Parts: sequence; structure tokens; C-alpha cells
Amino acid sequence: MKRLINIRPSPITKVILGALPFALTLLVYLWASDIRLAENPNDKLMPAFSSFFSAMGELVFEPSQRSGEYLFLQDSISSLRRLLLGVILSASVGLVLGVLNGAIPVLRANLSPYITIVSLIPPMAVLPILFIVFGLDELSKVMLIFIGITPFLIRDLQSKTLELPSEQLIKAQTLGASTWQIIIRVMLPQVLPRLIEALRLSLGPAWLFLIAAEAIAAQNGLGYRIFLVRRYLSMDIILPYVVWITLLAFLFDWLLHVFSERAFPWFHTSR
Amino acid sequence: MSFININNIWKQYDQTIVLERVSAKVEAGEFITLVGTSGCGKTTFLKMLLGTESPSRGSITMDNIPIPQEPGADRGIVFQKYSVFPHLTALQNLILAREFERAPLLGKLFGQSRKEVTEQAQAMLTLVGLEHTDDRYPQQLSGGMQQRLAIAQALMKQPKILLLDEPFGALDPGIRADMHQLILKIWQQTRVNIFMITHDLKEGFYLGTRLWVFDKVRYDPQAPNAYGATITYDIPLGHTDRNTYKEINESLHHSDTLVTRTEHE
Ligand SMILES: Nc1ncnc2c1ncn2[C@@H]1O[C@H](COP(=O)(O)OP(=O)(O)OP(=O)(O)O)[C@@H](O)[C@H]1O
Ligand SMILES: [Mg+2]
Repeated sequence: MKRLINIRPSPITKVILGALPFALTLLVYLWASDIRLAENPNDKLMPAFSSFFSAMGELVFEPSQRSGEYLFLQDSISSLRRLLLGVILSASVGLVLGVLNGAIPVLRANLSPYITIVSLIPPMAVLPILFIVFGLDELSKVMLIFIGITPFLIRDLQSKTLELPSEQLIKAQTLGASTWQIIIRVMLPQVLPRLIEALRLSLGPAWLFLIAAEAIAAQNGLGYRIFLVRRYLSMDIILPYVVWITLLAFLFDWLLHVFSERAFPWFHTSR
Repeated sequence: MSFININNIWKQYDQTIVLERVSAKVEAGEFITLVGTSGCGKTTFLKMLLGTESPSRGSITMDNIPIPQEPGADRGIVFQKYSVFPHLTALQNLILAREFERAPLLGKLFGQSRKEVTEQAQAMLTLVGLEHTDDRYPQQLSGGMQQRLAIAQALMKQPKILLLDEPFGALDPGIRADMHQLILKIWQQTRVNIFMITHDLKEGFYLGTRLWVFDKVRYDPQAPNAYGATITYDIPLGHTDRNTYKEINESLHHSDTLVTRTEHE
């Protein structure tokens, strides 16, 4: 008998093993929901799948009576817009400051202690300040995401820049490169795939900050809807929204990964 | 005045003296091989020529000018590894040298000028035996091919001196022999001044026109760091003005006898 660490599942077993927890969760839910509904047909905690379809059908396909908007679509668009704005802004600032910090010791001495301290501020603690300064609409939500993930991105990309072998930087100098040329031709291209990796890690926190901000002050958005219908115990809406958010998160993660493999083949063959 | 003058240099890290009283004169076109025990300061010496370290005392001049305290285009280098850029293909790695030169702002060339330098780069790839690998990334090349590429890249700037720190240390013996032919060919064609560290004494004798042995002449067992290494043997392995490979062979033969004599003394 081989050691457990040496037993590898075949591709088919791997798929089955991977799918098992999902199927189990689903089965347990259906089973528990059945029991509860048999006891009390009006139970709201674990609705049957049919309730999901009818509740979501309304949000997806029928315009709202109050605003005439398709709420599910509206929520998704608002949330995605905030998320993407926040993430793109963070990525740009994180990349520029991270690489510059990593490249230029004087700048690093100047900014690094400050960024380290700022990154320790709990973003949720400054959310009230953001609401006061940037108002209750879009900007404060984007700013929360920005404040939440940018310090991490800067620090991560700074250390990734510093991790580039010094041999490379010396070699570039012996080829006559200036500081600027080293930054744009040697450091930046090699840090880009690492930015993608860092972004994949940041997407979780970004969603967290988005939903938190929407829960507290918003007129629409996926987080706003979940917290709104909580008052009516509408699990038939909350659960599908959670699944939808998870699906979007998974989609972004996957897209970033595929993009990275296409755009930076050298990075993925080296491992 | 000689091409490179090394005037009584010392190198010290805190209390540790690594090198002491190193003096030498080097003429243009010499091929110097450096040997010595591990940790005796060969790399440190090379770094002082490169400009990433400076002597604690003494000075090194090249063409009567002190070596600048940072790397520059007149001094090429090949390390044991990490010498080429992993995010660029073989061809791009070479083109990059020209792009640094001609495109200060973007660091990238386009159109006609790119075509021009591509031809130069391709010729250089052919010189080091890497034709047909243009589009491959360094990880897709073998260790020996990567070192060929690193050498080609260093040559793109036509440096006055080429510094090699155990460039073939990680290669198989068979591939090493090929690399020896390559480096001799390049040295003959370009007349570049080569400093090459090796831990293979035979390689040192075979390749160079002059062999330096680094070692400590004074040693205090109570304070092993109190004294540094210096050049204990400076052995000419023939004449630097030879032009043909035949002559190299002869001089290498000649130097062999010289060496046996030195060793017996
Ligand atoms: N930055 C540094 N700070 C302190 N000591 C150093 C530093 N760089 C090198 N040394 C010391 O200097 C000595 C010489 O190191 P060096 O790398 O030049 O040796 P070497 O001859 O190249 O050895 P090897 O053959 O193993 O490569 C070593 O004892 C090393 O510990
Ligand atoms: Mg060394």
C-alpha cells in the first residue's frame, strides 16, 4: 500500500471528489428544507427551490412597480460598477507606487513606513469619515474599496519588485539602461503578472468592503438588496443573491487567471 | 599606462578583511582567469571591476579613469544564473540592449529601426550558436543555451571588459567544452578584455592568457578574518597579441610546461 501522500486521484475521480461537497450541501439543504416545510408550510428560513424561482423571477424579469427598473439587473450593474472602479483605481495606484517604491530606495525610505502604518487602519473604522467627506453616493463606496485594498497592493508589489534578482538589475545597467528604462522594461513587465495574482487575492476583501458600504448607505446594489429584504426574512432572495455574488467572484478570479496565462506565458511556464 | 591599473586595493566588511594589497596591471585584450578557494574574495574582486562594490583602500582605474561606482555599458557581465530577462524571448533579450540605447523614453523600438536592430540581434544569435531560438523564452532554453544568450546579450554593447563569474559552473562537462570553444572564438573576434572566475583549475589554464590565484599569504588561527587574500600567483599563459587559434594552442602548450615548472618550484 502506498503512502497516502503518494496516492493521486485520476482525472475522473478528481472531478467526482471535487463535486461531492457541492452535491452534499445541496442535498442537505433540500432535505432540511423539506422537513421544515412539512412542519410549517410558511417557514421562511429554508425556502423550497420553487420559491427561489418565483421570488427571483420577479426581480429579474419584471420591472419594479416603484421605479420601473429591473431590480436584479440594476443591482448587479451598480455593484459591479463600484467594484470595478474601486479595483481598477487600486490596481493603478498600487502598481505605480509599488513598483516605484521597490525601484527607488530614497522613495521607499520616504513612503514605506507611512504605507505600513496606513495599511493597519481598519478600513471599516474610517467608513463614517468617508461618508462625511465623500457623501453618501458612489464615491464613498469606491473609496472604501480603494482604502481597503490599495495598501496591501502597494506593499505586495513593492516586495515583488524587490524580489527581482539583483543580477537582472545589474545586467540592465551594463546594457546601458537608465533608471526609467529599468522600471518600464525590466521591473514593470515582470511585476504585471504578480499584480494579477495580488488582485485575485484582493477581490475577496473588495467584495467585503463593497457589500458593507452598500448595506450601510445605498439606494441599490447587491449588498443593499440583501440587507433590505433581511427585514422581511426573505431567504428566497438573500440566498440566490449570495449565490450570484459568489458566481461573479468566481468568474472574475477565473478571468484574471486566464488573462494572465494568455498575456504572460513566460510567467506560467516558469513554474 | 596600462589599460587597467589595480593599485594596492583592500576590501573590508566590518572586521573581516577579504582582500588585501592586490595590485596588478592589465593590458587591453588580455583573458584573465581567476581561481582560488571558496570565499576568498574572487566575486568581491569582480564586483569592484563591475562597480557594485568599491575598494576600502586603493583604486582601480580603466583608461586612467577610476572605475565608476555603478555598473555601466563599458563593462559587461555574465553571472552563473539570472543573467537574462525571463519575460523576454531570446531575440528580445538582445534587442533590448539597442532599445536602451536608442529609445530613452519608451525603451522600445518600432518599424524600420526595430527591423534594423533585429538583424543585428539575429547575427549575434547566430554567432553564439542560437539561431532558430528567436521566439523562445529563457525557461524554454537549456542551461547552456541560456548562458550563450547571456554572453550574446553582454556582447551587444561591445563592452571593453567582459566579467564572467563561474559562467559554466552549473553546466555539464560536455556542454562546458562547447562553451569553451565559444568563449575563445568570441575573445578572438572581439578582442574584448575578459576576467573569468572559475573553480576549475584546468579550465583556467586552458582558456586564459593569464591566470591569477587568490589566496591568503598571512593567516592567524586566532583571528581568521584578520588577513585578506591577495594574488599569490600571476602566471602568464602565453602572449596576448596572438591572432590565430593555432597560436593559442601553441601558447597553451607552452604555458603548460611553464605551469608544471611553477608548481614544482
Ligand atoms: N556584503 C558582504 N558583507 C559581508 N561580508 C561579505 C559580503 N560579501 C562578501 N562577503 C564575504 O567576503 C568573503 C569573500 O566572498 P566572495 O563572494 O568574494 O568569495 P568567492 O571567492 O567569490 O567565493 P566562491 O568561490 O564561493 O564564489 C566571504 O567570506 C564573504 O562572506
Ligand atoms: Mg563567487
